[in-house]
Amino acid sequence: MSQSVRFWWSGRAGVAALLVTVGICGCSKGGARAEPRRAGADTVRTDTVTPPAAPAPGGPRATIPADAAAPEDGQWTRPARDYASTRYSGLDQINTGNVAQLRVAATFSTGVLRGQEAAPIVVNNTMYVITPFPNFVYALDLTQPGLPVKWTYKPKPMAAAQGVACCDVVNRGVVYADGKIILNTLDNHTIAVDAETGREVWRTRVGDINLGESLTMAPLVVKDKVLVGNSGGEFGVRGWLTALDLSTGKLAWRAYGTGPDKDVLIGPRFHPFYAKDRGTDLGVATWPGDMWKIGGGGAWGWISYDPALDLVYYGTSNPGPWNPAQRPGDNKWTITLFARDPDTGEAVWAYQITPHDLHDYDGINESVLLDVPWHGQVRHVLLRPERNGYLYMIDRATGEVLYANPFGYINSTTGVDLRTGRLQYAADKEPELGKVVRDICPAAPGVKDWQPSSFSPRTGYLYIPHQNLCMDVESVEASYVAGTPFVGMNVKMKAGPGGHRGELTAWDPVGGKPVWIVKEDLPVWSGTVATAGDLVFYGTMDGWFKALDARTGRELWKFKTGSGIIGQPVTYRGPDGKQYVAVLSGVGGWSGGIVAGDLDARDSSAALGFVNAMKDLPARSTKGGTLYVFALP
Amino acid sequence: MMGRKLRGAVALAAALAALGCQRETRRFRESPPAATSETAVSMSELVPGPKTRDLPIRNPYERNAYAVSEGERLFNAYNCSGCHSHGGGGIGPALMDDQWIYGSDPENIFSTIVEGRPNGMPTFRGKIPNYQVWQIVAYVRSLSGLLPKDIAPARDDHMVAGPEPQRTEPLRPKHAFTPAAAEHP
Repeated sequence: MSQSVRFWWSGRAGVAALLVTVGICGCSKGGARAEPRRAGADTVRTDTVTPPAAPAPGGPRATIPADAAAPEDGQWTRPARDYASTRYSGLDQINTGNVAQLRVAATFSTGVLRGQEAAPIVVNNTMYVITPFPNFVYALDLTQPGLPVKWTYKPKPMAAAQGVACCDVVNRGVVYADGKIILNTLDNHTIAVDAETGREVWRTRVGDINLGESLTMAPLVVKDKVLVGNSGGEFGVRGWLTALDLSTGKLAWRAYGTGPDKDVLIGPRFHPFYAKDRGTDLGVATWPGDMWKIGGGGAWGWISYDPALDLVYYGTSNPGPWNPAQRPGDNKWTITLFARDPDTGEAVWAYQITPHDLHDYDGINESVLLDVPWHGQVRHVLLRPERNGYLYMIDRATGEVLYANPFGYINSTTGVDLRTGRLQYAADKEPELGKVVRDICPAAPGVKDWQPSSFSPRTGYLYIPHQNLCMDVESVEASYVAGTPFVGMNVKMKAGPGGHRGELTAWDPVGGKPVWIVKEDLPVWSGTVATAGDLVFYGTMDGWFKALDARTGRELWKFKTGSGIIGQPVTYRGPDGKQYVAVLSGVGGWSGGIVAGDLDARDSSAALGFVNAMKDLPARSTKGGTLYVFALP
Repeated sequence: MMGRKLRGAVALAAALAALGCQRETRRFRESPPAATSETAVSMSELVPGPKTRDLPIRNPYERNAYAVSEGERLFNAYNCSGCHSHGGGGIGPALMDDQWIYGSDPENIFSTIVEGRPNGMPTFRGKIPNYQVWQIVAYVRSLSGLLPKDIAPARDDHMVAGPEPQRTEPLRPKHAFTPAAAEHP
């Protein structure tokens, strides 16, 4: 008996030793090369750790440029709230002292059980909510108890469009301008409806599902133009950003993400900061043959606008296919940050963030426009927490990168050469046809995906919701069949170092490093909002809606909603003068597809490999589609 | 005594060898069913009036390991895997589970591929030859353990994504038309 027990134990020890050996092998492989470590990693904290030393109050601090800020009128007219994309609210009725008493004030079922990624919009005492496909828009009357529906608009998009939505049939919000609500439908229509009545004013078809195109992004209105960009980097689309006339919906200009200069709207005004981005027709020359025609580079993310410089900023998506061996070259202008004239679309500068993408590190994340004290002067910059894991601070007039520091764990690249502006790849993490490359960090959704950050001028910090994921990949040959996926990569994602899959990082733009980090078990796939009450709100994929102390990251309040949260919280002043906080609950998106799409976790490559990292999600969240509005009693 | 045992063993070995030969006979040119999507395909278990059941269509490829492995190759080549992954789903629904929105019978899957389905499944009519569609049908059914184990594909050389069809047990006795909870409005 004792013999067999001992034998059993020795067997366990053997297994343990084997695991340790494997672990060491795994580590030494990564450790052999200098990896870009995130500065200030010792300040990483979980919910219970004491706050680290914050920069001295009154010290040099980033601010929101006055031109790009929104007046504090208690409204939330576009998903990012202001042109600087700060998602900052000056309301302070709900603050660190009383947030613990926050209660549900109203709820509303959207009637759709797919990933709810939209931001509710608040204008003229009305809240506007758009659902995932079939893209219903509800106008809710904030002046009445229980928020009754004023009108519902059903755009009736083609059901077939669901077949070209790579990562759930999401929609990221509507925008208000000039008495109209502007929305995008999954089947490539941009539509303006009357904000008062819900009647359609104009409807323009901007893309084609049979080319793999779809629309998931929230449009932005700049002056008399509605800016819209396509999705479809996994379908071999040719990406573009398009401007429509706000009053008629007529196409004003289209700037492609690949192809000859005349299509990319590159002309005499184009002056990139780095030599690598200068040349003629690079959108053709950096591709083999005609591959640029199916090369991706869509604009499915966020757009910011600087009224002082009169420039819009947005980044382009990954190149297609994911398998990099099928597209040798830099693949311009995919994963490129563009500064364009909103009237004509002309490119003024561009910076290719990730040339010849190897791991699906789209460049569509938000550009937060800030003025930052830097080496003795105030620089007009934009901050971009990139999918490739670096937080870029870039001069928004010239495109010069001031710093690019990691805000998560990276081993797929070794850094950004600030002299040339070029991202440095780690050779051992490069996919190779027919070979499995393991433990690439970050995984395909990057250190951070579309989920937008917020910025508080009171703390000077940027609040970044993001992931901590790595992946194994095997590239296979992708065949291009228009209207079907064009990927060529088998992917298997998993938790990154530490075992937790999400983080919320408070970043000090001046110091270029994190101040505090809250670890979350699941990826933080919701946006954040920062308020003058020194609070940061965000949600988790198992349904908790949380408020943190903006200075320390300490959790002050949380509420469990009916489903996982991947939406964008907002805050506003109601007609009764009270401050409210609103968010959509309903899990889905790429990360939550396992629940929203009933995917089978036995296949670790499901949902482009995300399912493997989310096997526990079905036990922690069911489908949902509910608006929650919170207020103090 | 020994002689009888030996004779028995020899007979058994011979029988096994014969079976093995049978197993190894690759009929590269298996004729697919003449059926096209115009053949009777029912989308409902509910039949009004007296029961009239069409004879199910037999897909001979389901008895041919080579055809099923061809189905697997074509499943990737035509980008089926782009949406359905290796059976777990993604853009499209999972194919290795027991939820069949449009039916699990060979003719149902054939129609789904050829006709397309309203919520995103493209129509491949005129794009894939019928015999290849039937090969894909056989492979798709193998993903949820609906094919005999000696026919279903074993582990391939790719990154292990999920259980090989050969080792996949059907989750439950199949229900032809279990609606997926995620079926869109």
